[in-house]
Amino acid sequence: MKVVLVNYGAGNIKSLQFALERLGVDGILSSDVAEIQEADKVIFPGVGEASSAMVKLKESRLDLVIPKLKQPVLGICLGMQLMCTHTEEGNTPGLGIFDVAVKRFDNNLKVPQMGWNTLEKIASPLFITLGSETYMYSVHSYYAGLCKETIAQTTYGIPYSCALQKDNFYGVQFHPEKSSKAGSQLLSNFLAL
Amino acid sequence: MLTKRIIPCLDIKDGRTVKGVNFVNLRDAGDPVELARQYAEQNADELVFLDISATEQKRKTLADLVRKVAQAIDIPFTVGGGISSVEDVAILLQNGADKVSINSAAVKRPELINELAAQFGSQCIVVAMDAKQIDKQWKVHLVGGKIPTEIDLFDWAKEVADRGAGEILFTSMDHDGTKAGFANEALARISEEVNIPIIASGGAGNTQHFIDTFTRGKADAALAASIFHFGEIAVPDLKQELKQQQIAVRI
Repeated sequence: MKVVLVNYGAGNIKSLQFALERLGVDGILSSDVAEIQEADKVIFPGVGEASSAMVKLKESRLDLVIPKLKQPVLGICLGMQLMCTHTEEGNTPGLGIFDVAVKRFDNNLKVPQMGWNTLEKIASPLFITLGSETYMYSVHSYYAGLCKETIAQTTYGIPYSCALQKDNFYGVQFHPEKSSKAGSQLLSNFLAL
Repeated sequence: MLTKRIIPCLDIKDGRTVKGVNFVNLRDAGDPVELARQYAEQNADELVFLDISATEQKRKTLADLVRKVAQAIDIPFTVGGGISSVEDVAILLQNGADKVSINSAAVKRPELINELAAQFGSQCIVVAMDAKQIDKQWKVHLVGGKIPTEIDLFDWAKEVADRGAGEILFTSMDHDGTKAGFANEALARISEEVNIPIIASGGAGNTQHFIDTFTRGKADAALAASIFHFGEIAVPDLKQELKQQQIAVRI
């Protein structure tokens, strides 16, 4: 199986490669359009600031390529947020795959949310064998609200989408590569789709 | 519900783990990668590696260690110790560190926080601050707590948050190594005055100390070293007790 990690110069993807390695999979880092299109699975990572990440995506025209992919695609953290319609971070338009906007957490909360939080209302094969007592590690200041594409939610002040799905596109706000055995199970579930 | 985090801290010198009592007498407590793996297995929520070596090869030795740790464990970890430039941080993140912790370099040149936050995002920038009370005033100290400054702890906490730090790691020099509990009054005050997560450090001696720092101290996470390394408190036992006290933890 060929797994490609979309490389657009955004953030630390070493951890993700190591997590895939622990599952016996070699995650290939690539910004090459053909290589991404031919992959069996595509992971769209992202750590950092939204508007500069979107500029980098556009430079390599990946903003046009990603929404047309046919194989299972998993956006992680900022990757997931960029797959939404818009994010308040840097007032940035997104790829519009998920029909929901990304907003900043309210200032009466500590921002960023940093740490382990539970999954609620799980509804997707992405979470096979993972129950409601599952903890995932997140660090983020912005969140996608609840919408018809929500496949799991988490509460931090308010409930938000910690996972989204539309057709072959999946997105998770947390970092499965940093979420111990539960995260590893989720990655393994994604690879099995 | 977001849980409170338990963070073992591994002091590193020349690739080995050490821990000082009041930052002076160093004792060897094992191989960092093995210890890291053990803590991840025990459900520690995060790890902090603090490099206190001062050799010319430091940068490379640390980068190699970070890489080995990132390969071995699947929980987040922070690396600190002598980090003073954007380049230092880039190397550590590229090798698999999730966050970096800066201390003295931020005091000497606070703009560094803005630069790092702009380049890498606030989420990976922890500002560590060591402080002790002098005439009832909490003053920030440098170089592992050796050099006092005139900077007020609470002013500094607000400034680093404004400049884009994602988290504060506060060590009370008055409590560190005493095993008599965390500096909960100061911790609670920082939590009230800034809007980013706070890690309590210095003074952990028993389970009650953790309960107190999460309730009275309003800490989001608690860090300790020797009590974990020498097996005085096991992370799983600590978490079970915290859960029984209605404190949200990841079991």
